[in-house]
Amino acid sequence: MSATTPHPAASAPGAGRSAIAAADDTLTIYERSQPGRHAFVAPALDVPERPLDELLPARLRRTMPAQLPEVSEPELVRHYHRLSKRNFDLDTGFYPLGSCTMKHNPKLHERVAALPGNARLHPLQDVKRAQGALELMWNLQESLGEIAGLPHVSLQPSAGSHGELAGVLLTRAYHEDRGEHRTKVLTPDTAHGTNPATVTMAGYEVVKVGTNADGGVDVDDLRAKADEQVACLMLTNPSTLGLFDPNIAEIAEIVHGVGATLYYDGANLNAIMGITRPGDMGFDIVHFNLHKSFTQPHGGGGPGAGPIAVSERIEPYLPRPQVVRREDDEAGFAFDLDEDRPKSIGKLRGFQGNYGVFVRSYAYIRSLGAEGLREASEVAVLNANYLLALLKRAGVAEYLPVAYDRVCMHEFVLSGAPMKRELGIRTLDLAKRLLDFGVHPPTVYFPLLVDEALLIEPTETETKETLDRFAEIVATILREAAEDPEIARNAPYSTPVRRLDEAAAAKRPVIRQPL
Amino acid sequence: MSTYTSATDADRRAMLDEIGAMSIEQLFADIPGTLRLDRPLALPAGMAEQEVYEHLKELAARNVSAEDEISFLGAGMYDHYVPSLIDTLLSRSEFLTPYTPYQPEISQGGLQVMFEYQTAISELTGLPVSNASVYEGPSAVGAAAYLAKLANGRPRVLASRGVHPHSRETLTTLARGYGQTVEEIPLAAGATDLDALTAALGDEVSAVVLQQPSFLGTVEDIAALTAAAKTAGAIVICACDPIPLGILEPPGAQGVDIAVGEGQTLGNRLDYGGPSFGFFAAAQEHLRRMPGRIAGETVDVDGKRGFVLTLQTREQHIRREKATSNICTSQALNALAGVVYLGWLGRSGLVELGELLLQRTAYARETLCALDGVEALHEQPIVREFAVRLPGVDVDAVVERLAAEGINAGYRLGRSYPEYADGLLIALTEQRTRAQIDRFAEALGNALAAERGAAPAGVGA
Repeated sequence: MSATTPHPAASAPGAGRSAIAAADDTLTIYERSQPGRHAFVAPALDVPERPLDELLPARLRRTMPAQLPEVSEPELVRHYHRLSKRNFDLDTGFYPLGSCTMKHNPKLHERVAALPGNARLHPLQDVKRAQGALELMWNLQESLGEIAGLPHVSLQPSAGSHGELAGVLLTRAYHEDRGEHRTKVLTPDTAHGTNPATVTMAGYEVVKVGTNADGGVDVDDLRAKADEQVACLMLTNPSTLGLFDPNIAEIAEIVHGVGATLYYDGANLNAIMGITRPGDMGFDIVHFNLHKSFTQPHGGGGPGAGPIAVSERIEPYLPRPQVVRREDDEAGFAFDLDEDRPKSIGKLRGFQGNYGVFVRSYAYIRSLGAEGLREASEVAVLNANYLLALLKRAGVAEYLPVAYDRVCMHEFVLSGAPMKRELGIRTLDLAKRLLDFGVHPPTVYFPLLVDEALLIEPTETETKETLDRFAEIVATILREAAEDPEIARNAPYSTPVRRLDEAAAAKRPVIRQPL
Repeated sequence: MSTYTSATDADRRAMLDEIGAMSIEQLFADIPGTLRLDRPLALPAGMAEQEVYEHLKELAARNVSAEDEISFLGAGMYDHYVPSLIDTLLSRSEFLTPYTPYQPEISQGGLQVMFEYQTAISELTGLPVSNASVYEGPSAVGAAAYLAKLANGRPRVLASRGVHPHSRETLTTLARGYGQTVEEIPLAAGATDLDALTAALGDEVSAVVLQQPSFLGTVEDIAALTAAAKTAGAIVICACDPIPLGILEPPGAQGVDIAVGEGQTLGNRLDYGGPSFGFFAAAQEHLRRMPGRIAGETVDVDGKRGFVLTLQTREQHIRREKATSNICTSQALNALAGVVYLGWLGRSGLVELGELLLQRTAYARETLCALDGVEALHEQPIVREFAVRLPGVDVDAVVERLAAEGINAGYRLGRSYPEYADGLLIALTEQRTRAQIDRFAEALGNALAAERGAAPAGVGA
């Protein structure tokens, strides 16, 4: 994609090719299939062959094979290689997707995760023969606990939303153990959608708490809603507005005052590593998104991991198994998986969690150390404030004002409402036009309480020049829209496809290849 | 120490000037002083890349992986060969480093992969609707029961004792949240007891959970079990191992409503248990209750074919507390490995692989059960895994003796089935040859003989 202003008439790199070639780009692997082709060669049958009917009664067997594609290895590689080129990615360019922490994914991590001692280690291997893996997990637990300021960690949850579910189920177990039956969970109106969805899955009613004029929790509203029926307040701090809530101590006091737990959504942890800790703020339960602050590559939508850290009073309920370190006569200490946890909420998934993710995040923490983690957060906040300052300049700020004009943390929210009113282009149009400049758009239309919202998170791994250029691009698009809003309204022009008909896709869903 | 940042001192000064701040410290002014950490984090100092590599290499070397021994360990994850092209394709930054395809114009690769993946899962399971992956196998079982709860609101879930212990425990954990109780249906002769299932059914039963093949390796009579469950109006959930599905009657054709399972066997590494992916397929009527991402085909403004995330009104970022699931990040990269693997096997390869496993597993069961002191735990049909009993010996000690010979004998069933304290669950993949099976049999015979000889002197060698 071009670095200079792309002319709207300039179209895709494929525009000059024939229609046949362009259509070929979107053929599926099934449409490339030809009877008789194959990539796989089965190992030789080296045992005496017995009739299938003898081994497996015909009524249990499939009569027609699954209609998988029939392709050769070269075709298979070329097909997926070609598809990969129809993706934008973090190694290609700026990806300021708010609340997702699209920071650089260090390449070392892929190498260490692929070591056979990690990659081919069976999850049910006897713990005696998995001591390296268990030590790594134990070390990671200790590190995450220190970063969170909470002493006990379970690595088990598979992603942030899974960690949230763990946290609310822990809350339920904690209260039930005390003979209390509570029915409600509080979430701010700025919360990630996963928070209220989690609350429902865990069997509670969602009660929304308002936001005050400074973008923090409306403490009076919280006080009015906090009662003995409330099990938990789920909070993100810094919030999804990118603002640190200075009233956090008072909030914690109110929540604890009614016997509820305080849950920390760790999606925004990247702002505060080594600076302040959720445990010190009064949180009881924290989840980490290892695919955000701790560099697990996002994979196009996973895998991630969502470990949780908890306070002493929540510890008895942590999922099974827990990685523990025991005294050992020979080696000094040995690591084990502790299944004997009578008050545990049980398992949240199979085996021990997304170990391959743990390897990467552990490598990251060991690379950076205490000082490096703090520096990462400092630069993340510096980068965000710098970009915000650039976007507050004349030519941008009048169309895209910051939603809450305070010092931000690692991300900030602009409102596209004046842009829509004055220039006739919506936040969506701005986002689509950014694609023509080789930039991934910020998170759009979230958080919900800001009209035409743009949530921008540059992360610490971007250079000043990248931020300068992004600000210039935004200013350019706004100037362009002042002259001709149609350009943005019809963008993008340079992408493999242009705006897609999502309404038609939802109305008549075609979600598999007809074969 | 690398922080992967690039802000020089000059950059910092220029940036702070633009912000109008004197120091970075000032940017954290909203954090009350009493909440500041007044010391460095108590973590080891940062290290250079090569030092981190050495440290992690040293840790990995303390694990005994399937690279180091002949492993017959399965019980939910299996040491299949992962073809080279998967490493090559998955390491492409274009697949590895983007996030969920919120901007479809620049995510056509990932979206088309989802569409192709959904098609493959739909074909494997014989069910028309597949999502684009959930976390992994056992939590997929919990997600399926939640769908059943949304669909019929009934309070009881029945799960066969042949369902993976991790799946049953995960189901119990999650069901406590959404208000269902889980009851177990016992096994008879190594298969789910149809009579016990029939007796337990009633109009309060929301779902019946089965596994194919079962944890003990049994190919269950899913059609018969499903027919019984349907008479009580229950939704049938079947957790499947996708490799045997290449030769087994697909669950959709047997009346199953929701097929889920662990996708690790499809081109994913063992990785000490994750990340892998879970698959989730269902009957058409459940389309709008599905959890997770679904890609759909559409066209762009120029009429060009394209793919988008669709039916998003099910999802948490739109529907919040009314969503059908809280799942956001799932396992896109692992699902990509799955669809590439299925393309690599292809239509005939999946069948050839299944039949090879069938033959070698039958040979292994016969060879091992011919040994003095080894009995089949059940006589049910099997594909890739089977259970034996080693009566009268300490199974742990036998397993240890084999480990000393470089053989991982399998999963000690006593770890999760007290009634099979002398049981051993033995799994095969295409990487286990006849020669290895023979070596296993010889070593097992020797170990049993040694244990019987050692037993009078006291167990615990």
